[in-house]
Amino acid sequence: MGDSKSEVLSSFQLDESLVAKTLGEVLGHDVDDADLYFERVESDGLSLEEGMVKEASRSVHQGAGIRAVSGDRTGYAHSDSIDARPLLEGARAARAIARSGAASQSVAIRTHAPASDLYPVGRAGVEEPIETKLDLLQQIDARARAIDPRIQQVFASVSCNKKTVVIARRDGEVLVDERPLIRLSVSCIAIDGSNKQVGSAGGGGRVPLTTYLEGDSWEELVDEAARRAVLNLSAIETPAGETDVVLGPGWPGILLHEAIGHGLEGDFNRKKTSAFSDLLGQKVASELVTVVDDGTIPWRRGSLNVDDEGTPTKNTVLIENGILKGYMQDRLNARLMGMEPTGNGRRQSYAHTPMPRMTNTFMLAGKDDPEEIIAGVKRGIYAVAFGGGQVDITSGKFVFAGSEAYLIEDGKITSPVKGATFIGNGPDVLTRVSAVGHDLELDKGVGTCGKDGQSVPVGVGMPTIRVDGLTVGGTSA
Amino acid sequence: MSDTFVPEQLLARVLDSAKRHGATEADALFVTSRSTEVRVRLGETEQVKQSNGKGVGLRVLVGDRTATTSSSDLRPEALEDLIQRTCAAAKLTASDPVSGLPEAGMFEPAEGDEELDLFDPRIDDLSVEEAMRIAKETEEVSRSADTRITNSEGAEMSWGSRQLFLANTSGLMRSRQTSSASFWTTPIAETESGMERDYWYTSARHLEDLTNPQEVGEEAARRTIRRLGAKKPETCKVPVVFESTVASRLLGALSGAINGGSVYREASYLGGQLGESIAAPTVHITDDPRIVRGAASKAFDGEGLATRRHEIVKDGVLQTYLLDTYTARKLGMETTRHASRGLGGTPSPSSTNFWMAPGDKTLVELIGEIENGLLVTELFGVGVNTITGDYSQGAVGVWIENGELTHAVSEFTIASTLPAIWNGIDGIGSDLDRRRATSAPSFRVSSMTVAGA
Repeated sequence: MGDSKSEVLSSFQLDESLVAKTLGEVLGHDVDDADLYFERVESDGLSLEEGMVKEASRSVHQGAGIRAVSGDRTGYAHSDSIDARPLLEGARAARAIARSGAASQSVAIRTHAPASDLYPVGRAGVEEPIETKLDLLQQIDARARAIDPRIQQVFASVSCNKKTVVIARRDGEVLVDERPLIRLSVSCIAIDGSNKQVGSAGGGGRVPLTTYLEGDSWEELVDEAARRAVLNLSAIETPAGETDVVLGPGWPGILLHEAIGHGLEGDFNRKKTSAFSDLLGQKVASELVTVVDDGTIPWRRGSLNVDDEGTPTKNTVLIENGILKGYMQDRLNARLMGMEPTGNGRRQSYAHTPMPRMTNTFMLAGKDDPEEIIAGVKRGIYAVAFGGGQVDITSGKFVFAGSEAYLIEDGKITSPVKGATFIGNGPDVLTRVSAVGHDLELDKGVGTCGKDGQSVPVGVGMPTIRVDGLTVGGTSA
Repeated sequence: MSDTFVPEQLLARVLDSAKRHGATEADALFVTSRSTEVRVRLGETEQVKQSNGKGVGLRVLVGDRTATTSSSDLRPEALEDLIQRTCAAAKLTASDPVSGLPEAGMFEPAEGDEELDLFDPRIDDLSVEEAMRIAKETEEVSRSADTRITNSEGAEMSWGSRQLFLANTSGLMRSRQTSSASFWTTPIAETESGMERDYWYTSARHLEDLTNPQEVGEEAARRTIRRLGAKKPETCKVPVVFESTVASRLLGALSGAINGGSVYREASYLGGQLGESIAAPTVHITDDPRIVRGAASKAFDGEGLATRRHEIVKDGVLQTYLLDTYTARKLGMETTRHASRGLGGTPSPSSTNFWMAPGDKTLVELIGEIENGLLVTELFGVGVNTITGDYSQGAVGVWIENGELTHAVSEFTIASTLPAIWNGIDGIGSDLDRRRATSAPSFRVSSMTVAGA
């Protein structure tokens, strides 16, 4: 980390004595847990359309959130003023949730960096000169238009941010984490007569911008977006109904995120509102299936040195050989369920309370050859790219939308199909996995997960898998 | 958590600083907000949250080049640094001849701000204790409505106010104060066949316009219970009734497709359709920013121009796109004063109170005319493509046989194209919900593909 910890504190106009005083004020009531969360986010973004970078934007947002927890009750106050008066007022507002009476406590502050450094980027993307990003976007535009004359619109953007967080825990431990994040997105619209189709691709992570400037990684994204747009011009209608589906490696891991990931977050299981409640130790998937949530992979979009409650992230086994092994926990739900926090307590910003959230969720590789998996399907759908997805964790029903998919006929990939939507039942879908490839891939780093109005960056991953009898939505009945 | 800023002075300083750093035009806004949120679950307090926010947003033009910035760090030296960087950035972005503020002559006084009545002076009178009591009662009503309701995700009430100030280098200085309040509950019902949840809510600008806990709790319970015992339907093509809640979401997709930003980018299936029939002749849509206490009402838009009511679709024919100054200039048209703007970024068009006119049928009548079909009560997933017009979404609903609701259905998708849906509307309900910003009555589409078993 470039800055020393005290420099980070002073960049918030903070010093250890103010942190101690605010924390002491919260602990003046009879609370089970408490924390202070300070955040400063510097972002910049450039976007290109019609061959022009029409706008550059830059923002700085900061604030503090003060939390007191008593039993399953949470008191929270936040403000974008990081001064003594609002902090102490916030502390008194937050602690009102708990019984008064405890003597005001004095806390010894110990500030340090997390034990791991998963994103040692040197210079964060947000600190790179604007000229570099302008130049990259212009090159993307030129390359995309040169791929096919039917590519008539190119949209590209590069967004970078650096989030600096200071988390003060009730015991006086203060963690400082600087989290860089970049994202590059490309969309192309291909037009052929009255047929208009879109293709998109993107990549990113907690990496330096140079990751995309060197080698051929930005070119790959452009080629993929352009190829998809052109491919979809010849796509036929998706046959509707139940069919066997082969999901390609990488981003299709969004299936895991929607179908089981949310259902294994601790809060839903404590409240018994998840279709997976009370299923620990039981078989919820084919024995070919092992799924983990791992926040410790260097450079990944979903990774964190510590979560937003200061707990170090870890690799948590959710499903092992088909058996449900564990939930993802934050401090509050872990305490109430008699479990350990797993480093999954995350929040969108200082204006939000933490909850159990995924980091990078993926299925481990199996033994099957991906080509043989496809060859084994008589008639079905092969899907390699998706838009978003959504799940109702209570009923378990999930849906996700394909953006690049093909028919499989007699074991061979044939026509591309458009607008395929997949729907299923979370507790049931992984029991239908009948083959798992040896080709595990993580996604390219564009995932954002929404829950209860809060968005956080996440990763997903999967090898090629076959799912028997998934419902595919389409127009051709 | 009070501040001593005088917003008008802050904005004047920001615009001055932008000019000093080379801006030829600029506009800036300042927003403050405060809100409280209480959440109860199973009759107990779960969370109390107090929020205070403020921030400044700035757009600068250096000639015809644009850059924007926003910040919640309002220390003068921090702002000065950001403004300087933004003006420097605006010297590097593309020269775009249609960029810029509206012509200075367009800023006539925005009348009627007072009459819109968007701020409830009593909003701060609501105490945490009273809100807690309302939330608890709402949850309790839903939990005691039916023995199959066995659990709850809780009930929440939130309320607060917001002040916005907008200024520009043409001398504009405008402000508005708004308030809002809402509460909701999400019960969970269970039988041997599984768990289901649904929710209901009320929201309003003024506290006195909220419906009562009894109605909200009962409706949440009714919606949850009717989802129990859901079966997966057979794959087929049938008539589909969209309940007003989900019909409103389809209407939202339509407002996106007529957004000037999508149109000039050739990213809308409705591009080039002005004056053309885009829906059944019974479909009428208006956008009216001047509805008293309306959820999306505003006297001036995100560029400071006085707003007006617009007919959007008349007898199924598209009358106008939703435009701000930039998108209007791109398309060679006049702005419809639909500019909307957050702290960050440039303005872009967005609908206000975007309503589809009610028809003359009750929901029961729409259903009663169907021999074999589907009532859709919830949609999920992202399968609405306003670029190509393709449509395929996950759905939840109730099956219709011989004009009667029979059993719940889930784990299926419905698919069609957006033009086929809008042209296929053959019945419109009378149940327009005027609380919503984007609101459609229930309507029936003559045929869609259901993908299930």
